[in-house]
Amino acid sequence: MTELIKRTAADTAAAIASGEVSAVEVAQAHLDRIDAVDKKVNAFLHVDTEGALSAARAVDEKRAKGEKLGPLAGVPLALKDVFTTKGVPTTCGSKILEGWIPPYDATLTTRLKDAGVVILGKTNMDEFAMGSSTENSAYGPTGNPWDLSRIPGGSGGGSAAALAAYQAPLAIGTDTGGSIRQPGAVTGTVGVKPTYGAVSRYGLIAFSSSLDQGGPCARTVLDTALLHEAIAGYDPLDSTSINAPVPAVVEAAKRGEVRGMRIGVVKEFAGEGYQAGVMQRFNESVELLRELGAEIVEVSCPSFTLALPAYYLIAPSEASSNLARFDAMRYGLRVGDDGTRSAEDVTALTREAGFGAEVKRRIILGTYALSSGYYDAYYGSAQKVRTLISRDFDAAFAGVDVLISPTTPTTAFPIGERADDPMAMYLADLCTIPSNLAGNAAMSLPCGLAPEDNLPVGLQIIAPAMADDRLYRVGGAVEAALNDKWGHPLLEEAPAL
Amino acid sequence: MPGITREEVAHLARLSRLELQAEELDHFAEQLDVIIGAVARVSEVAGQDVPPTSHPLPLTNVMRADVVRPSLTPEQALSGAPAVEEQRFRVPQILGEG
Amino acid sequence: MSVISLVSYEDALASYDPVMGLEVHVELGTKTKMFCGCSTELGAEPNSQTCPTCLGLPGSLPVVNAIGVESAIKIGLALNCEIAEWCRFARKNYFYPDMPKNFQTSQYDEPIAFNGYLDVQLEDGSTFRVEIERAHMEEDTGKSSHIGGATGRIHGASHSLLDYNRAGIPLIEIVTKPIEGAGERAPEVAKAYVAELRELIKALDVSEARMDKGQMRCDVNLSLRPHGREKFGTRSETKNVNSLRSVERAARFEIRRHATVLDEGGTIIQETRHFHEEDGSTTAGRIKDNAEDYRYFPEPDLVPIAPARDWVEELRAGLPELPRVRRARLQGEWGLSDKDMQSVLNAGAVQPILDTIAAGTNAEQARKWWMGEVARNANETGTELSEQPITPAQVARIAALVAEGKLNDKLAKQVIAAVLAGEGEPDAVIEARGLAVVSDDSALGAAVDQAIAENGAIADKIRDGKIAAVGALVGAVMKTTRGQADAAKVKDLILAKLGVEA
Repeated sequence: MTELIKRTAADTAAAIASGEVSAVEVAQAHLDRIDAVDKKVNAFLHVDTEGALSAARAVDEKRAKGEKLGPLAGVPLALKDVFTTKGVPTTCGSKILEGWIPPYDATLTTRLKDAGVVILGKTNMDEFAMGSSTENSAYGPTGNPWDLSRIPGGSGGGSAAALAAYQAPLAIGTDTGGSIRQPGAVTGTVGVKPTYGAVSRYGLIAFSSSLDQGGPCARTVLDTALLHEAIAGYDPLDSTSINAPVPAVVEAAKRGEVRGMRIGVVKEFAGEGYQAGVMQRFNESVELLRELGAEIVEVSCPSFTLALPAYYLIAPSEASSNLARFDAMRYGLRVGDDGTRSAEDVTALTREAGFGAEVKRRIILGTYALSSGYYDAYYGSAQKVRTLISRDFDAAFAGVDVLISPTTPTTAFPIGERADDPMAMYLADLCTIPSNLAGNAAMSLPCGLAPEDNLPVGLQIIAPAMADDRLYRVGGAVEAALNDKWGHPLLEEAPAL
Repeated sequence: MPGITREEVAHLARLSRLELQAEELDHFAEQLDVIIGAVARVSEVAGQDVPPTSHPLPLTNVMRADVVRPSLTPEQALSGAPAVEEQRFRVPQILGEG
Repeated sequence: MSVISLVSYEDALASYDPVMGLEVHVELGTKTKMFCGCSTELGAEPNSQTCPTCLGLPGSLPVVNAIGVESAIKIGLALNCEIAEWCRFARKNYFYPDMPKNFQTSQYDEPIAFNGYLDVQLEDGSTFRVEIERAHMEEDTGKSSHIGGATGRIHGASHSLLDYNRAGIPLIEIVTKPIEGAGERAPEVAKAYVAELRELIKALDVSEARMDKGQMRCDVNLSLRPHGREKFGTRSETKNVNSLRSVERAARFEIRRHATVLDEGGTIIQETRHFHEEDGSTTAGRIKDNAEDYRYFPEPDLVPIAPARDWVEELRAGLPELPRVRRARLQGEWGLSDKDMQSVLNAGAVQPILDTIAAGTNAEQARKWWMGEVARNANETGTELSEQPITPAQVARIAALVAEGKLNDKLAKQVIAAVLAGEGEPDAVIEARGLAVVSDDSALGAAVDQAIAENGAIADKIRDGKIAAVGALVGAVMKTTRGQADAAKVKDLILAKLGVEA
């Protein structure tokens, strides 16, 4: 019998359903693991022991009564602290929300609870999801389980690290510019940014509303698909929610077959700045797909070179407005209210004390980009770039079923290396950003270790909007072939904690 | 055209209600100058006849029926408030008018 | 500039030509808020009608109220506007504690309705066309009360308390194009426009448009330019002018104030001004400098609104009879001259008269009482006719008693006065005061006999054919009956007793 914490979500759910283990035993095993390793990893900002055990008990009671359990009932999950949880602290990695206890659940939280998923706690993240390393958390950085002195990616570094450290078999992330995929890539785990609008944003604390998308993270493609199916679907509380059936992602993951598919390699995602070992593993993946029967085509998306600049105008602009509500009046931190200061001053003092440097930089950048006199040149142009990028994708998808690229140009870098060099940090999202701007679907899954540093490399698969199932079809095929080749999942090569 | 001065950063900080310290202001001005220099490339397309995209999906007319849904209780609404008085959010004196 | 003396209105107009812009905010009467399902019912306890969305809690999202959009389109159509084929909401970014998100969800360069007009009727019966720039959708703010200051005002307060029940209630902002060419009648045009707009909103049944309840609020933007000059002067923006009378007074005051400043060689500062009901003056508010930058951008949490053309046409076809058309119809039905109709309109008597007719009175009687006793009371107390403490049903009852001969006009006036004074229902007043017409023929007969007996000489004159002299005997009878007799009946009785044909 495999150790409980190393099992896949699918196996765990089956074991609970069959009565082999109880949900409470599974939850306790994971809580014990968190207890044992999280001082080192710092993946969790809040562990909800009581909530987790009571959710697990409810699953066990349901089973005892002979009620039918859902496909993920009793499976533990690590929830990124960007989603609201009623009665459970939600900080978004920021001091400004320290101690805030939301009076409502995000739609995603409700869906997880309804599915019988056991929420273990809230995971660490870059403050307000702004960052690619989780170093911007107000609550200290998270370590990469492959090498604790390195970053686990960001903003969802806590969720990815929790998976890689076997603290949870499932996790939730959000992806605004790569915050699911890039942490997945550097921790050797799987993450999917669904099509924009596939997963409700109601209760997702907004960074950049037109780019943010919640999504599933796991250690296997099938687990990711099971979680995808549990959280996706129409929500009348989110005006940008897609009112259409969720693509059959679980079926696609199980099928895992690429014969006859046309797969495009994006020419622009290579060259300067790309680590040799990353390109080596990527090129091997391309060969693997060819061997598996896919037709490989090179495609060019010339506008992608403008994606990063457009992103760093659109995201900060929307953020500057979304984060205006943190003003010390209705919730969260209040600083400097000594009875003589005005509301205006208290707001400014609180925001100064409550926000970290990256958040302040982006608020100022966004305020600048929206200012009268600059709007057309910056925000307006960035929105045009968005159109051009969508057109490039449309042209590419006219000839291929999916696109592939490395997920990130490099493997995990050391904590502190880029902390005060925003431009270097921003490069981590070079390959992931175009999908956010266009709103389509993308996955990262492990494709090996870079020979020079023995750290995980991610393969990115991009599918057209609403065709999320193609990610799982290709991902499932790649995963199966690589596991065959290696004789075990990649994560088994990670050092013990 | 890119570039941003310390004075501009100070103005933007005021607009966005951030009481920046002097050193922070210097540091940010320097960094933002570099960032803006890099992102200003988008203005290459400013003159192009391309429609802007504000929403990634082409949805329109998403509306709800005018039907009352339960509100939070006042206790829930006020639960996160830094200060409460008479079932209202108590805030410091407000200067000027909106 | 508090106590300097202002130039007279006539002198101001002699030198300058006023240009006005009116911005009216109308709170819609939807059941729920613009972007969430919270109730809009007035009078609820503080913060009991809020949810994550209208409190601006982290993670919350807006969803558009379909009736809010429909109402906006109806208003646009009634104002002869074009309706956008496609438009978006935008965020207007500025910090203020009454605004939970620190941005207002509004519309910017893509209003749902634009380019229309409203014809308004002035007191002399002439028509003035006010051009409409746009009507757009947005949301209201919360309500702050200021604590610790002497008068509950913002200045000098130690802190403020916020109630967000109002935050997110749908607003339609209706903006005119610059109103030029009204000259000395500018204040009158302003008042007539707001009055007509209010009637229109009520007729559309999209809001009660009660100015006293803040459901309709007006900003008066005004500038002066010397006669003959085309370029507009600098404008002031007088905010939240909340009655028809105040709209007129605010415009009048600003014309005089601007003229005074300009005459002295001063410059008008572009600023907001506050209107004071007590003395009709305005005082300076916030200066609108360049620091104000709302950083509008398309609201990413809402998708565009693209009203289908067949829906718009359906709404157009379903528009109710508009106030101007209705007024013309009523004038015909009531058989009034232009002048009489204008008086009825000026007095705000249309609806009370209609309601009284609906309660069973004929048009002539209904108009007679509302425009007579009740209007007199309104004038004396400086209040609106519709606010008088007498209901159309009560007026109808009084009119019915007159028609039945149970009251005469004189008594009816007394009953109305008593009802206005809060003495209760008409029948109760009559009972309590013993005001009924003396209709008992024997009692009246005795009074007539007495009058004839006591005034033999006059009776003789009447017998001799001097019928005009009957007035003296009627007077004597009325005196005996303390006015509670029907004068016409008394006259008939006297003439019959004296054997004279009237």
